[in-house]
Amino acid sequence: MTTRWFGARVQRAEDDRLLRGRGRFTDDIDEGALESVLVRSPYAHARINSIDVSAARAMSGVVAVYTAQDLPFGGTDLPILIPHPNLTHGRTQRCLASEVVRYAGEAVVFVVAESRAIAEDAAELVEVDYEPLPVVITPETAARAEHLVHDDVPGNVAAEMVQEKGNVAAALESAPRRKHFHFRYERGAASPMEARAVWARWSDGERKLTVYDSTQSPTSIRGGLAVLFGLPESQVDVIAPDVGGGFGPKIMLFYPDELLVPYAAMQLGRPVKWTEDRQEHFTAVNQERGQVHEVDVGYDDGGRVLAFDDDFIHDGGAYTPYGIILPIITAGQLPGPYRVPNYRVRFRDMYTNATPTSPYRGAGRPHACFVMERTLDAIAADVGIDRAEVRRRNLIQPDEFPYDVGVGWQDGNTVVYDSGNYPKLLETALEKLGPKPAGENVGMGLGMYVEGTGVGPYEGAHVQVLVSGKVVAATGIPSQGQAHATVWAQVVADELGVDVRDVEITSGDTRRFPWGVGTFASRGAVTAGNAMHVAARMVAEKAKKIAADAVLSNPVRYAFGGGTEAATQFTPKARPGPPLADGEEPGLEATGYFSPAGSAWASGCHAAWLRVDPKTYRLEILKYVVVHDCGKVINPMVVEGQIEGGVAQGIGGAFYERLAYDSDGQLRNASFMEFLMPYATEIPKIDIEHIETPSPLNPLGVKGVGEAGVIPVGAVIGSGIEDALGIPITEMPLSPLRLYELSTSASTSTSTR
Amino acid sequence: MKVNGFAHPAPSDPRRLLSDHLRHDLGLTGTHVGCEHGVCGCCTVLLDGAPVRSCLMLAVQAEGHDVTTIEGLAPGGSQLHPVQQAFHECHGLQCGFCTPGFVMSVVGLLAQHPHPTEEQVDEGIAGNLCRCTGYASIRRAVTRAAVLLAPLTPDPSPLGGEGANPADRSSSGGEGAGTSP
Ligand code: FES
Ligand code: FES
Repeated sequence: MTTRWFGARVQRAEDDRLLRGRGRFTDDIDEGALESVLVRSPYAHARINSIDVSAARAMSGVVAVYTAQDLPFGGTDLPILIPHPNLTHGRTQRCLASEVVRYAGEAVVFVVAESRAIAEDAAELVEVDYEPLPVVITPETAARAEHLVHDDVPGNVAAEMVQEKGNVAAALESAPRRKHFHFRYERGAASPMEARAVWARWSDGERKLTVYDSTQSPTSIRGGLAVLFGLPESQVDVIAPDVGGGFGPKIMLFYPDELLVPYAAMQLGRPVKWTEDRQEHFTAVNQERGQVHEVDVGYDDGGRVLAFDDDFIHDGGAYTPYGIILPIITAGQLPGPYRVPNYRVRFRDMYTNATPTSPYRGAGRPHACFVMERTLDAIAADVGIDRAEVRRRNLIQPDEFPYDVGVGWQDGNTVVYDSGNYPKLLETALEKLGPKPAGENVGMGLGMYVEGTGVGPYEGAHVQVLVSGKVVAATGIPSQGQAHATVWAQVVADELGVDVRDVEITSGDTRRFPWGVGTFASRGAVTAGNAMHVAARMVAEKAKKIAADAVLSNPVRYAFGGGTEAATQFTPKARPGPPLADGEEPGLEATGYFSPAGSAWASGCHAAWLRVDPKTYRLEILKYVVVHDCGKVINPMVVEGQIEGGVAQGIGGAFYERLAYDSDGQLRNASFMEFLMPYATEIPKIDIEHIETPSPLNPLGVKGVGEAGVIPVGAVIGSGIEDALGIPITEMPLSPLRLYELSTSASTSTSTR
Repeated sequence: MKVNGFAHPAPSDPRRLLSDHLRHDLGLTGTHVGCEHGVCGCCTVLLDGAPVRSCLMLAVQAEGHDVTTIEGLAPGGSQLHPVQQAFHECHGLQCGFCTPGFVMSVVGLLAQHPHPTEEQVDEGIAGNLCRCTGYASIRRAVTRAAVLLAPLTPDPSPLGGEGANPADRSSSGGEGAGTSP
């Protein structure tokens, strides 16, 4: 093989289309579709006494109005995506609520009309008689259980789980030093620039349901729709076309519209589309990150952690459609890159009258990282060493892999770190950060993380050499901007010895590849990337065999190359028996799968110099350094883009964005005017360095990187602000106003100093 | 009104937003809608050469004006406009949803400031939200576009170089414009 595309800064195959305005996002698809609108609950908790849709139905241009009782599946609870034995009180919503609504934004009525404007006008005519019920809005009030979100869930506790490694009580008892902390992390919102959308058509002639959905998991949606509508999978196609950012919440089974739009299209015999508006997106789409932690830590005089005891509550929201994966990840990742010989973690997943939660980039980790890193900073201050030194003394060493953390992981195994070099991450970051800049109110922020990436069960790929010599390949998981069409082409091109531009990738289209799980948990490169590698290698082996039969005596001597001619020049050699021998298949194509034995553990260290204006509390990030290890890097340009985007999202979540819920459960800032996503003016230049410790658990040696950028940012900003202002930071997000309040209020018992 | 050089009648519905008119009446779906309240910049188009938010305008207000959308920058599959080319070279887009708005804003910015300072770059794109890139690559793209738009000026930018070769996996933090090996 002459060229190696793996590792090169190959420019993106997907750009041309998108730059010319020829992308195809779900709302771009029209084809005479009817348009629809959801009527949503304005109350965070209320009983529905009656629903009157008669005026809406009577309006000219309205084609159909659906309430729960108009749907054959209206009385069915939607599925729990990932059940778990500890989820003893899992509850999901119904497609349309008819008895009780449990968060503001819960869908109640679905209106389909000739145009969006008519549908919106008709939605205004729907009369719902609500009887407000007491609202439980924070995880703390949920834990007090004065009111219940679900009548039949005592204490508002959906799930509880306790894990222990070693003997924490004894180790805390005997530790030379001991401290208690209270940490609070609030909800955040992923807010992709494209809100959600669904378009569906039923073709009577073909007996086929075709659905375009801005989902991160078209294969799951397809399976679910087939079951629900009683169709064989072959009659359902789900396509995630261009998707304008996902970051987690675009994966659900199901959002109500994902059932209602296809159902209406089948009922009405016309294409139907639904496009979410921005305000709707703020309350209708899952959120994440609300947790409250009570930590007891024991350590020695040198700052070495001896015992760590964390009891936390997780704000699950009104339902648990995604199971309890978030607190499980938090529990599994709390120890981070550090040795914690005695570790106990208990969590309770609490119901609140807020939008349900599911993974948002980082998924349980930014809060875990915040808790651990803030604790270490406090230990450093207590024993009188600097913050780099406390980490140095606690880090797992490069010769300790595989390292068993001793607690459970999201895939059902225990957390076992496969590879890494944590001290190198730290030292490189410190070196790159350089000396403290001159000036007042300057602080250093430091944060390290590990991330279990590339969870299974599997992904697959189909690779085919066309008669033209070009190569096409497909996998089930879709892209929301991660350059799948480029990086997988690099993997395939290497195996087949062709130019990367001759490989065309399709992803997220069940017509091309019907199996798969989804794009989430930083798993695309590990699972689908390796599946591409496996399938392409199968094609290469097959080609070698055919070539050997045809023209060469020794397949080992055959090398790929020459692109377009390779595929067309084989003439099968005469041999006994049928031309297609037993077990042989025609065509230069193969389907391969990759199923990881365990997670590939990425890691990294972020360090920053930042300044806080003592009067306005404006935050200025003077320098921001990322040293990270995602194993072998397929395309550094793409990886840097993932990191830069992740850090920016982290900065937004740490200092600018806050979901302002009031005590009635109303989100008071559901617009980009008031939910302050950062512009370029708020985001500094990010200095990135890649360190590669290949994962031994997959042939490409890769680890995921999609979420990494965001994970330690809250910890870094908190650490830097504490250093700059000398006030303890134990909560996220912050803002100028909150810093002013913290600075002027008396010091509290929750000090980390 | 003229859209990308062609005359079009105004929509019959006087309440039609320019963004909806472009997307749904004219089929120019490259103009995206991210918020419909004037904050995200996804819907940016040029009105007589200056960037405007098409979600904050009624289509009838564009009567008598020249509207340029992303589709009009490199019509009919012709060579990418230098700003589009620069976004490609510098990985200035990921999901591509914000991209048409950014590109149109940058075309406007560079018309006003052909050699923008760092502050002018940040200010020039500070009306557009991107949730994917973290803006670093977009800043690089603006600088690169300024270079591409001034072919007679000797290239003063470190971004104008050849970029990394395929074997170079050095971890420079992405300073260079990416390049196809
Ligand atoms: S859609 Fe016009 S500014 Fe957001
Ligand atoms: S590239 Fe996705 S929002 Fe900018």
